[in-house]
Amino acid sequence: MKNDYHIQGYCHIRNNGVSLNGNSLYQREDDSFQDFIKGAYKHIEIDYSKFFKMDNLSKLAFLAADILLHKETEKNVGVVLSNKASSLDTDRKHQKSLKEYPSPAVFVYTLPNICLGEISIKHQLYSENSFFIFNTFNAEYLHTYANSLLDDQKSEKVLCGWVNFDDEKYDAFLYVVAKKGTFVHSEAEINRLYQKL
Amino acid sequence: MSNLKLELKEKIIEQLNLEDIAIEEIADTDPLFGEGLGLDSIDALELIVMLDKDYGIKLADPKQGKSIFESIDSMAAYIEEHRSR
Repeated sequence: MKNDYHIQGYCHIRNNGVSLNGNSLYQREDDSFQDFIKGAYKHIEIDYSKFFKMDNLSKLAFLAADILLHKETEKNVGVVLSNKASSLDTDRKHQKSLKEYPSPAVFVYTLPNICLGEISIKHQLYSENSFFIFNTFNAEYLHTYANSLLDDQKSEKVLCGWVNFDDEKYDAFLYVVAKKGTFVHSEAEINRLYQKL
Repeated sequence: MSNLKLELKEKIIEQLNLEDIAIEEIADTDPLFGEGLGLDSIDALELIVMLDKDYGIKLADPKQGKSIFESIDSMAAYIEEHRSR
């Protein structure tokens, strides 16, 4: 590794809660994902009407990213996300609709990397982005990939993480890697923060 | 016709997920695209599907959509004239 990088901040969305750097921002019990994510969106006071047009995976990724990036001034932020279920939730909805009238608005979300586009549009990022599919959260790969983007000066910062949605079960852990930050950017630290909540 | 216009406003809000817009905020003459409701190209495709599914109208030429989907007034007029259900 050419440089030492740090984790500037991290966000979890899981178990009906949203947190930033381990501190709870929003908690609501016994809700469907739709109600939970809408409640979180309103509570965090994001004003972006296209949010409601997104599929579940994009809503999850978008909300976590917005919490981390809404005050970010750096525009060369690479985005490297990953999950296990790809876009299966939306793929299933589209498959069911094929018997009658397929919805174009559903079809456009039948790729997991669409959520990268939603984040990039909102934050006006014209940066490197990639979406990977793993069986489980893969800190080693994300760590190596983020370091590579920073070492090669492809990005000044990198938004990394895991955003998974399938069958109403959801889990998001996003973090920003930068030259300065609170936590050391290491595989062990990424795993520790991922498992924190 | 006024019932149809109300129905269209309800359908547009529900099917295009315009969560932060109320029926009374949509005037019959408001442009649906651009500065009006701010609908986009995917919304236009959804409206074409809606015409087929709910009113039995198949648009042979999607370019027709530009004038049909100009406003609630223009949509309602086109549907009244061409609907099969």
